Amino acid sequence: MAMATDVPKDGFRLSMLIYDTRYRSYTIQLVVLVLFALAVAWLLNNTVQNLAARGKEFNYAFLWQRAGYDIGQQLIPYTNDSTHFRALLVGLINTLVVAFLGCIFATILGVVVGVLRLSNNWLVSRLMTIYVETFRNVPLLLWILLSYVILSEVTPLPRDFRVTDEMEAAGEAPNASMILFDTVAVTNRGTNIPSPLFERGLGTLDLGFMTLNLTFWAVVAVIAGSVFVNRRILASARAAQAATGLRPVTWWKSILVLFAPVIALLVAMGFHLEIPELKGFNFAGGILVAHSFTALLIALTLYTAAFIAEIVRAGIQAISRGQSEAAFALGLRPNRTMSLIILPQALRVIIPPLISQYLNLTKNTSLGIAVSYLDLRGTLGGITLNQTGRELECMLLMMLIYLTISLSISTVMNLYNKSVQLKAR
Amino acid sequence: MKKSVFFGALAATTLVSGMALAGTLDDVKARGELLCGSNTGLTGFGNPDASGNWSGFDVDLCRAVAAAVLGDPNKVKFIPTTGETRFTALQSGEVDMLARNSTWTASRDSELALDFVAVNYYDGQGFMVKKDLGVSSAKELDGATVCIQTGTTTELNLADFFKQNNITYQPVTVADDSEAQRQYLAGACDAYTTDASGLAASRATMPDADNHIILPEIISKEPLGPVVRHGDNNWGDVVRWTYYALLIAEEKGITKDNVEEVLASSTDEEVKRLLGASGDMGAKFGLDNAAFKNAIAAVGNYGEIFSRNIGEGTTINLARGLNALWTQGGLQYAPPFR
Ligand SMILES: N[C@@H](CCC(=O)N[C@@H](CS)C(=O)NCC(=O)O)C(=O)O
Repeated sequence: MAMATDVPKDGFRLSMLIYDTRYRSYTIQLVVLVLFALAVAWLLNNTVQNLAARGKEFNYAFLWQRAGYDIGQQLIPYTNDSTHFRALLVGLINTLVVAFLGCIFATILGVVVGVLRLSNNWLVSRLMTIYVETFRNVPLLLWILLSYVILSEVTPLPRDFRVTDEMEAAGEAPNASMILFDTVAVTNRGTNIPSPLFERGLGTLDLGFMTLNLTFWAVVAVIAGSVFVNRRILASARAAQAATGLRPVTWWKSILVLFAPVIALLVAMGFHLEIPELKGFNFAGGILVAHSFTALLIALTLYTAAFIAEIVRAGIQAISRGQSEAAFALGLRPNRTMSLIILPQALRVIIPPLISQYLNLTKNTSLGIAVSYLDLRGTLGGITLNQTGRELECMLLMMLIYLTISLSISTVMNLYNKSVQLKAR
Repeated sequence: MKKSVFFGALAATTLVSGMALAGTLDDVKARGELLCGSNTGLTGFGNPDASGNWSGFDVDLCRAVAAAVLGDPNKVKFIPTTGETRFTALQSGEVDMLARNSTWTASRDSELALDFVAVNYYDGQGFMVKKDLGVSSAKELDGATVCIQTGTTTELNLADFFKQNNITYQPVTVADDSEAQRQYLAGACDAYTTDASGLAASRATMPDADNHIILPEIISKEPLGPVVRHGDNNWGDVVRWTYYALLIAEEKGITKDNVEEVLASSTDEEVKRLLGASGDMGAKFGLDNAAFKNAIAAVGNYGEIFSRNIGEGTTINLARGLNALWTQGGLQYAPPFR
């Protein structure tokens, strides 16, 4: 009782907000919060005022207007009569395609280089070191420009492929000729590759907001089905092996299941290749893979692979030597030791930093503007922004899209990371 | 209490941001320098030499404005802008005006909220090809690869032209004129398209200028002119009338060399008003009364600017054509100075 009276009655004075450690942290947090809110409010207010002063209002209606410009590389149907939104999609797909292929190639190359850098062969490991150091230490933009200039300056002009009547009479060969059994032509503008054609294609399905290419999706569906069935076959083989110790022969079943249905489908649809042919100024027919795309892909791959190689090397070195010694003691050959013992364990160390490399690569695709590659930055953040004057809207939307792509990549990779983590048993 | 401080702060920032927009004339005077958005480099129109001195047809207009406002044609800072960056640079206040081959269009007036104050060059879009391509008309360009600058009216006209003629092309979209030239010369494009004046200017700098031809088709109207921000009418008037002063000077035979003489002796009332010998027209624009005289003394009249930079006899060799004075059958016409 006596104790209770010791506690001062008027427990709180204003000065305690600063001098009393119990309250001080709240005070600081509150002040920071207010300042932050003020800063945000200032930015917003400033933006709204400035837009109003210029007679502009914030809205996205322009996305549904006619775009009016053409895009060189379009993987979905697009003409200058399409909307700005459609142009955005074309750009987005162009971004995703380089990012996706870039991640795959960079991973393959990065793993190979990372492993070789630890090779006992002096020459090989030194060469890999040189590769990693040169690519890591020169800005990516320069690699992109360099690849582009090399591709477009050392390759022949389309008209060098032409055979004129006089040349024919004189028995002269043209200055340049197609490669790979006369199916592929590399000019200073791009690589013309054959395109698949179908005599009895399945046509398209109009869903109102988009049209589906049924031929394409039929092929995808059949391949997916085959892969699924193949996995079932392998799973039952494993089960049989676990139960009886004998693994049934599956290779011919796999080959049959994986290839026969697709080939049957392609034959049924009258599949054939359209070979590019020189017509007028350019090759017509087939698919043109522009050098802007190739250069961007090559540069992104080589550059990012150098970083991935270092990550792989670090991952491998994180696995204790005892592991490989134990594997050697069991009589495993070095490459089996690598693929069965070391790499699976190293993956746990490798994947988290690998995610950031994938994110970097994806964001770096926006440098494609330097070689006129019309990706999301080139369409939405470039021509659309410029022709409509909607800077703020376009920039915010573009940031949102890049953010969504990045978050999706992290989510998927984090799921994969979980699946390779050590499972407590 | 807290609330009122908050809104007070907001109101203050609003004022500050609002002020940055209006009163470009005062800003320029206070700064003592005109910020002029120019080309990244187009011979004859706007191009820095090896020691960084800018010259050209558009550049001279900026110098005239600087002479009118600040009394000195050298108090200009030229800020290179590409087709893509120019309007953002103007709207964000990075430059006070643009003089860089920009086409006056309805959507740039309305959607982009810009003010084109005059047309200093009536132009149209053309195509340039190498002679040995064997093409004599743009309609023969079916299937060709065409270089275009992004952020321009050019890319829209090009799309329309090929669609209308039912022919196809492969666009190569580049950021500026020098990159377009590099690609075109390297053979990465069969044709280069932009304003015909720009083509002539580009061709003039090519080592083998004779091997390139400009095709006869002009596929669009490209009225090029100086641009200011929408909403600052006083500043717009200053730029507009500086330009008209140069036109009137040509009409009245006032040149860079004889301007002082004319000022002393002229009995023409319009000339006297223009040169500040009578009335207070300069002051009505918020300028010195000798402002327009200074502009003419600095760069000469419109005809002089034209022939010095891009006219016949220069490497660019453009005829006056549509840009002759109205008295000579052209379209250049200034409203009366009164
Ligand atoms: N007049 C068109 C085209 C303007 C344009 O890009 N002009 C070219 C050549 S005529 C140019 O200024 N190039 C020089 C540079 O990129 O700095 C427009 O306003 O959109």
